[in-house]
Amino acid sequence: MVDPRTSVINQRLAKIGTIIAVSSGKGGVGKSMVATALALSLAKEGCRVGLFDLDFTGPSTHIILGVPSNVQPKEDKGIVPPTFKGLEYMSLVYFVGDNPAPLRGVDVSNALIELLSITQWGTLDFLVIDMPPGIGDAVLDLVRLVERIEFLIITTPSLLAFEVVKKQVALLCELKMPIVGVVENMKMDRANAVELATEKLGLKYLGAIPFDPKVEEAIASPEKLLETAIGKSMTQIKKAAKPQKVNPHVP
Amino acid sequence: MHEWALAEAILASAKQVAEQENLKTVTEITIKVGELQQAEPPILRFALSQMKAEIDIFKTAKIHILKAKSTLKCRVCATTWQFNLKKLDKTTAEAIHFVPEAAHTFVKCPKCGSPDFEIVSGRGVWIQDIKGAK
Repeated sequence: MVDPRTSVINQRLAKIGTIIAVSSGKGGVGKSMVATALALSLAKEGCRVGLFDLDFTGPSTHIILGVPSNVQPKEDKGIVPPTFKGLEYMSLVYFVGDNPAPLRGVDVSNALIELLSITQWGTLDFLVIDMPPGIGDAVLDLVRLVERIEFLIITTPSLLAFEVVKKQVALLCELKMPIVGVVENMKMDRANAVELATEKLGLKYLGAIPFDPKVEEAIASPEKLLETAIGKSMTQIKKAAKPQKVNPHVP
Repeated sequence: MHEWALAEAILASAKQVAEQENLKTVTEITIKVGELQQAEPPILRFALSQMKAEIDIFKTAKIHILKAKSTLKCRVCATTWQFNLKKLDKTTAEAIHFVPEAAHTFVKCPKCGSPDFEIVSGRGVWIQDIKGAK
């Protein structure tokens, strides 16, 4: 028996310039906010951008963007993501709504493979993927199935977050996956411990995003999000990320 | 039209298998369609016939499409049951058609009501067999 779906995944992604998985070993560090802001910021520059929410059990980018329920993908030799706020947007919420999707590992893999194999992204400059926390099924499947993928790592200044991120970095290095760099989110002081620790890992520190209480008020308002500390930091982060990808040392 | 994406995947995958097996022509492809995904065999067959006509190795291949019952097994109380499409409304059936894992949102164990079940068989579309000449 052969599962035919995996054989077309890279064909579906062939017309996409750069595929960035916004990822973190730890939950609650702001991956979805950063992924959404990054996608919106790239689109504002005039790039063609897709945003794909792979956090199946805890999706939130549709809430951040304020996607109304009448925005749905179209069927055309697969499924074509709708354009919302300048982004081609895909999420499992189109299919399960606001109901819980209690998926075990094998189901996460199957849903991920299904969406990767039937989604017709077309031509994009960037596909930003909002990853679930951790180094489980979604990370392993993307590493296994997507030929060109780069990881953007998000942490907070907390030692708890960074210690978990270090495990993720170790795994990605072992798997020889490119890491764009590390972003320190929700920074509240001038301490440079994360920056130094990032450099010690041989990774690029792309910058800090100050904690901004206005981010909460920007939920469902993409224009406002770009005016928050997260949105404003994107210029600096994109600039820092651009010159070249870093080939990290195994920590 | 989702079946076109599946058909494309089937032929891409069958081509890979044929290359691995050093087949010069493929004479038969047997596909199983799981009840859970509800892929429409006539649409799938039409899509495959249109696409295979443009690929030399598949031009004379016969396509067999078999339906497979979908069996679900509760991980909590071990109840096993058959997926029943007739019990679902159109929107739910369509969601499961696109992503069969959406079943975990809408289908519950008939005995204990848990959404924590295993899709034992009949999930999606897969290639059962490929025959050809070397």
